Amino acid sequence: MLPIADTQMVEATWVMILKSVVIFAVIFGILPVMTVVERKLIGRFQHRYGPNRVGPFGLLQPLADVGKLLGKEGFRPKNAIPALYVLGPLLPVLSGVLALAIIPWGDVQGGVGLYGIDVPIGILYFFAVGSIAFYGLLLGGWSSGSKYSLLGAMRGAAQLISYEVSMGLALLGVVMMAGSLSLVDVVHAQGEVWYVVPQIVGFLIFMLAGFAETNRTPFDMPEADAELVQGFMTEYGGMRFGSFLLVEYMEIIVVSGVAAALFLGGWMGPGPSFLDPIWMLAKMFALVFLFIWVRATLPRLRYDQLMSFGWKVLLPLATLNVLVTAVLVVVT
Amino acid sequence: MSANSEFPYLGDGDVVEVQRGPEPGGAGGAYRAFGETLRGLKTTMARLIEGPLTIEYPEEKTPVYPRFRGRHKLHKFEDTGLEKCVGCSLCAAACPADCIRVVAAENIPGERVSSGERYAAVYEINLSRCIFCGYCEIACPFDAITMGHDYEMADYDRENLIFTKEMLLAEPIERTPLKSEGE
Repeated sequence: MLPIADTQMVEATWVMILKSVVIFAVIFGILPVMTVVERKLIGRFQHRYGPNRVGPFGLLQPLADVGKLLGKEGFRPKNAIPALYVLGPLLPVLSGVLALAIIPWGDVQGGVGLYGIDVPIGILYFFAVGSIAFYGLLLGGWSSGSKYSLLGAMRGAAQLISYEVSMGLALLGVVMMAGSLSLVDVVHAQGEVWYVVPQIVGFLIFMLAGFAETNRTPFDMPEADAELVQGFMTEYGGMRFGSFLLVEYMEIIVVSGVAAALFLGGWMGPGPSFLDPIWMLAKMFALVFLFIWVRATLPRLRYDQLMSFGWKVLLPLATLNVLVTAVLVVVT
Repeated sequence: MSANSEFPYLGDGDVVEVQRGPEPGGAGGAYRAFGETLRGLKTTMARLIEGPLTIEYPEEKTPVYPRFRGRHKLHKFEDTGLEKCVGCSLCAAACPADCIRVVAAENIPGERVSSGERYAAVYEINLSRCIFCGYCEIACPFDAITMGHDYEMADYDRENLIFTKEMLLAEPIERTPLKSEGE
């Protein structure tokens, strides 16, 4: 039996397939609920109720939304590039699903690791597949053949290069302290103290970069519904548009999951070990709530403000954090 | 009860002061980036805790003031049951939107309709033209027409919005809650 990757533990193929199906099903069950929860929360933040008409507490709202999107015409602009235009929304979905694989939901229990796969290069893998989402955004924006889409895609590209660096540097501190790139090992290393305490700077930078990575306010420059009419998504309709939207939520889940694993002690929490995935989910959703809270609070940054913030503040701060951590790790 | 129990975020004073952050650059800039951000987050969280202020309209209705000018009502004398309207057409004359049509007729002794010499044989208000100014109410010498509280008059057909005398005389369905004392 050949392991799929150079994993730290070999499992039967059927176990891995079962795990992937379960993770996939659970996350895709959560996604629609997240859209309602976000809208309801945003409403509450603004003294409103949010959607509460479809089904009990408005919980069937995503069903109605998807039904509406599915009924729409599969429109494609005349001067769009067909293959790339179709590929645009698919790549981010792929990237999101791939990134889900490394989020650790729990330790090895009964010979089965409660995670998709534990690759020794976990964090690198996260960056590698996470950035693929931006290709989808760029391709979608460029191949739509519309100036708004192109502008949105350009902004997306600029945002990517200014934030991915800081994000990587922010995680370097954690990697140095844990001495491993594997997310499972990093969680194990947080037995005494969660890394959010010693690596608070890294955590803040990672979350800020995470907002940029997921195109959420205040860094939703590529979308910018006020100026660019949804930016790279302008020319998309129907379920293609829907998949862009859904992927945004999936990326939030992934970034929250990675942040929870790296900084908030992952699955660690009181109670018996079968509660581990629940703890992980709880920490993730605390971070998801933060995403929604920030969206309800902060206005979008101007493009140049974003650039100067990324390069002049976050990058030096992240570098400094890495240097200080390195010195401290060597000294102690 | 404080002045702004309904809108607690407005504070107690009459005037809401403009709140300005520090100037950009230097320490002020750092405060803007972090301190003001946290203050913003605190503000939105306070809204979340206060809960929604929405009045869910079709189920809940905004209470109206007693002097609210809604759909018109025509009145009868409670003791005799005669119509108060004597067909003088002063309301039609006062109406700036020209939406009232009155055709008067002589009362026949024995089958009196109104208390005066004449009565309104036809009394129609075209509510699709009415601007709800209440001048008809003021012009009426016998308080025969008053403005009610009903504001839900939408219809699919304009013809249905021409209210006849029978419709205006009928006891209106009180669909609109009235504001209570002190509200």
